[in-house]
Formats: sequence, C-alpha cells, structure tokens
Amino acid sequence: MSYLPFALAGWLFLVGLYGVVTSRNLIHLVVCLAVVQSSTYVLLLAIGYVKGGTTPIFNGIPIGTKTVDPVVQALTLTDVVVSVTSLALLLAIAVEVHKRTGTLDPDELREQRG
Amino acid sequence: MHGLVPLVVAIPLLAAAVLVAAGHALPRPSPDVVAIGAAAATTVLCGLLAYGARDHDLVYWFGGWRPVGGVALGIDFDVDLASAAIAGLAALLATASLVFSWRYFDEVGVLFHALVLVFLAAMVGFAISGDLFNIFVFLELMSVVAVALTAYGDEPGPLQGALNFAVVNGIGAFCVLIGIGLVYARTGALNLEQIGRALEHRRPDGLVVVAFALIVCGFLTKAGIVPFHFWLSDAYAVAPAPVCAIFAGVMSDLGLHAVSRVYWSGFAGALGEHQAELRAVLVALGSVTALLGGVMAFLQRDLKRMIAFVTVSQLGVGLVGIGLLTARALGGSTLVLLSGGLVRGAVLLAVGLVISVTGVGDELRGRGVGRQLPISGAVFALGALMLAGLPPSGRSLLDTGAPTGYGWLPVVLTAASILASGALLRAGGRVFLGWGAASDPALGPQHASAEEDEPRQRQRSPILLVPAAVLLVLGVAVSVWPGAGDHAASAAARVTNHAAHAREVLDGRRATSIEVDVGGVDAVSVASGLVSAAGAVGLALLTLRRRRVSDLPGLRVGALKAVHSGVVGDYVAWLVVGLALVGGLFAVLLR
Repeated sequence: MSYLPFALAGWLFLVGLYGVVTSRNLIHLVVCLAVVQSSTYVLLLAIGYVKGGTTPIFNGIPIGTKTVDPVVQALTLTDVVVSVTSLALLLAIAVEVHKRTGTLDPDELREQRG
Repeated sequence: MHGLVPLVVAIPLLAAAVLVAAGHALPRPSPDVVAIGAAAATTVLCGLLAYGARDHDLVYWFGGWRPVGGVALGIDFDVDLASAAIAGLAALLATASLVFSWRYFDEVGVLFHALVLVFLAAMVGFAISGDLFNIFVFLELMSVVAVALTAYGDEPGPLQGALNFAVVNGIGAFCVLIGIGLVYARTGALNLEQIGRALEHRRPDGLVVVAFALIVCGFLTKAGIVPFHFWLSDAYAVAPAPVCAIFAGVMSDLGLHAVSRVYWSGFAGALGEHQAELRAVLVALGSVTALLGGVMAFLQRDLKRMIAFVTVSQLGVGLVGIGLLTARALGGSTLVLLSGGLVRGAVLLAVGLVISVTGVGDELRGRGVGRQLPISGAVFALGALMLAGLPPSGRSLLDTGAPTGYGWLPVVLTAASILASGALLRAGGRVFLGWGAASDPALGPQHASAEEDEPRQRQRSPILLVPAAVLLVLGVAVSVWPGAGDHAASAAARVTNHAAHAREVLDGRRATSIEVDVGGVDAVSVASGLVSAAGAVGLALLTLRRRRVSDLPGLRVGALKAVHSGVVGDYVAWLVVGLALVGGLFAVLLR
C-alpha cells in the first residue's frame, strides 16, 4: 500500500487550513474550506483501496472476487452531500455579507469582538 | 418501547417537511400549532424513552439489521438514560423556543419553524446514535441548520456570527471525520461498541491516539471548550433569542455528551492504562474553560454574549465531570448539564423578553429598562443563583466523584461560578433595578447587536414568560429531586462498565442492572454552593454599589478581550493550536 494518498490527504488538510487562516476574501475562504474537506475524501477512499480490487458492484461477479471497500465509498458520498449543503450556505452568507457591507474581507467585519 | 425509538427523530423531520411543503397554504396559527405539537410530542416520547431506559439500554437497529456474532453491519440508535434525558432537554427547549417565537417575531414564516424542527431532529439523532458515522452526519446537519437559524434576521451582525460558526464548526467536523476514517481503517467498524471491542486488547498505537485526539477535539469545538470556544460567543450574541435559548441550553452540552460516549464505548478499553494522564489533560482543559468563561462573562455588557460565556464556563465544569473518568463524576456532570441547560434556557428567554419589550439587550444602555418587567427579573435572578451551584446535587456528585489528588477542584469551580453568576447578577441589578453606574469602560464599547434599535416600548403578551418559568421550575426540580443523583450515578455506572455495555448492544445480553445509592449531598458541596452564591451576590453588589469593573485593581483584561477578535482566521488558528496541543499531549502521555 502506497503512502502517497495519505500524504496527499495530510497536505490538502494543512494547506486548506493555511488558506482559511490567512484568507482576506470570503469566497476564497470558502474555497479553502472545500480544500480542507477534499482531504477527507482522499483519506476515506485511500483507506478502502485494495490493490487489484474491482468496483464493489456485487451483481454478476463470482463470490470471493476482490473488491475495494464499499463502506468508505458510501461514507465519501455522504460527505460530498454534506459538504455541498454547508458550502452552499456559506457562499450564500458571503453574498449577503457583500450586499450589506460592500466588503468580502473578514478582517473588516468587526461587529463581534471582545 | 423499542418501536418508539426512531419516532423521536422521524416526527420532527416529518413535521418540518409538511410545513415546508404545505405551510404557505395553511392559515396563520396552524403552522405554529403543527410545529409546537411535533416538538411537544417529541418531548413526551423522549420522556418515555428515558423511563424505558432507566434499567437497561433501548437499542434499535434500522431495518432489523441486528449484529450477528458480535459484528454489526447495521446502524443503531442506542438510548441510555443520559442520552434520552439530553434528547428530552433538546425537545423541551425547542418546544419552549417555538412557543416563545409565536409572539416574539413580528413576522415569522414557516421556514423558521421548519428549521427549528430539523435542528431538533438532528440534536436528538446526535444524542442517541450508536454509530460513529451517523454521529458525524447528525453533527453536520445540526451545524448547517444552526448556522441558518443564527443568520435568521436581516442585519449585518448575524452574518458575521453565522460565518464564524459555520467555518470553525465545519473544520471541527472534518477533524471528527478524519478520526472516524482512521478508526475504521484500524478496526473495520463504525459501531461504537464494536470499535471498543476491536481496540480493547491492544496497546494503543499512534494511529489510535491520533484518531482519538481528532475526534475529541472536533467534539470539543462543538462544546465550546477553550481554545475551541471563540465561535460560540459570536454566534450566541447574534442569534435571535428563541434560537439562542436552544444553543445555550443544549447544543454545546451535546458535544460533551459525545466525548463521554465515544471515550467510554469506543476507547476506554484501549486507553484504560493511561486513565490518569487522560484525566489530567481533560480536567485541565475543563478548569481553564470554567475560569476563562467566568472572567469573560464578567467583562461583557451584551446580555446574550454574557450568557454565552456563562455557558462556556458551565461547559468547562461539565468537561471536568466527564474528564474525571469516574462513574460518579460522570453522573454529576450529566446532572449539572441538564439542570444548567434548563436554567440557561430560562435566563435567555427572560432576556429575550426584555429585548422584545424594550428593544435593548445591553447591560449599560439598558440600565433600569427592566423595572417594568419584575417577573422576568425574578426568573433572571433565580436562574443566576442556580447557576452558582444551588441546589448542589450535581456538583456534589461531581466533587465526591473526584479521585485523590483533585482536592483543589471545588475551589477552582467555585471561583468560576462566582465570576459567572456574579456577572449575571450585576447585569440583572443594572437592567432590572437600575443600580450601578451608567458607564463602565472595562466592559468595552457597545456591540452593534442585531435586535437593537432605539429604545422602544412594545406591548408583549404575557404568554412569552410561560416557557421561561416552566424551564426554570423544571431546572429547580431536577436539582432538588432526591432520586436524580441515584439515577444519574446508576446510569453513568452502566456507561462506564464498557465491556458489559458492549455485550448488551452487540450480543443482546442484558446487563445486570446497577443500583447506586449516592447517599445524600456532600457537606463540602453544600458549603461551596452557598459560598459561590454569596460570593456572586457580593461581587455583583461590589461592582454595582462601590466600584465599577474598570476600577477594580489588578485587572489586565485588554489582552484577553483582544484575543476574541471576531476574525474567523484567528479563530481557526486557535483551533489549530488547540489541536496541536491536545494531540501533542495525547501523543506523549497516552502511549
């Protein structure tokens, strides 16, 4: 099993977090959040990968055929659905912020402090 | 009884779907009636489940996919007494919030009701899920709906709070998910009990420790534990009062509940040898949170923001109870969170009434505006005293459940509750009695809050007070009912006996029921409850009558307030620091 997918997942997680922390634009920030989330897709799929395994569709293949793990694929799919919802909501909030305050810079939103 | 289990999630979800689909066609009061009816029905069902789960868990397998030979392919709801009680708290607060909002908003669409109901379904599902991935899904559903509810309004304030909430909680949830993935990679299981069994007889290796750290940090983000707490005050301060009552009353408690569930069911076997080290880390986090929450509450002038920090402080106390890793302290923590949640909900609704009638939710600007609202003032003051640890049934369990070496805990927790309750009483004295100076620079400039415009006068139906009063009475009842301690401790003893719990869920073998007699209330805890109540009153009087907070000596608070900057990037940076800290400590101590 190669370590590459796990290293990639770790890299995506960290680089996405760096983007979120340093972002000066809400749209950019939301996209960075999507990068963090994509690290979870890579990680989950890498966990379920089996060398030489086929797609986990069990209709019409002989019993005992090696397949990749279908559970993590289901988890990834759910994860994608979840992320679409939360990212859509965040983008909607970003659009509203721009409409009302005329800025997308999180540093200029200082309503809440202390 | 088992057949009722899925209904507590299905009823609010179905009612929400009906409201969204047909709500616009219904005449005005019927959406309210449908929503309140669904939430009330869920409350009653949760009560029934709590009764059914008093001796043994109610385990429900979706579609009848029961585990075979200890392997769970199916997904379950595992209802124990604590989960049923916390789910019931969520349902009760949702009901109270819906009743309150009936008269609170000038105009309220069906979407608000539908969102509250979906939020309720997510909270209940989160509390009773026995499957780690389903816990994640409910966590995300809860966050998404809560963010939408936070932003429910039309001012710029809520948007910033909602944004910080969504981003920080989103990253917390990804940490949980990565942890779940790593655990699945090691055990091939998603069911908590099966994970526990697979990990039990192995030395915890790096992967397990990292997974545990990620999952715990993710849930602590939801629970608002320092340094993961920054989003919480922003979100609470801007959410409309009826929504905020649910947030302050139960949402954060759920994060702590998940920590205890994941530890005892999933990791207690693997990490059991390192209990002392884990206890030290969790109790330290909880104590710092309790104190910092108290100090920050004391420095607030916005009432909802103040209650947010009081919540943070109380959740620190709750984490101490869970982190002590004994059955007795866990039971105490459950009681503290339950009665505290009810009382915080009541206090917040009382504040909501003040905001609704006078248009002011700020301590300094609202000096004396509450004179005309004596009942709200009474609810507020009683609630503040209860949060100081009176009556002390939960704290007593928590204190006596501490292992040796933690004798200093009552002192720290008492100091924290003096600060938190003192802050509430000070604000109450200003708003409801008109005491104290009109300005206090240490409390900072005024927050532009969503629901404030010029002070106004509005007639409000007295029905708005009923939910707050009911919550307060129930909060008192939970604390003074002598059986509560025994039940909480017995339920906690069943949770902490993880091998028997796993047999109950996976093999369907009913555990022998455990009856714990906690034997009355500890004298030290009664004393510390009285001390914190007296201290809180004294502190409030001192800052109202003698000096302003800014005149108190030795107070270097500028830095502390500056750290809560309101910028989402800073908050995420703190989250990463906390993750590195907790992960690093676990990596060094738990291997």
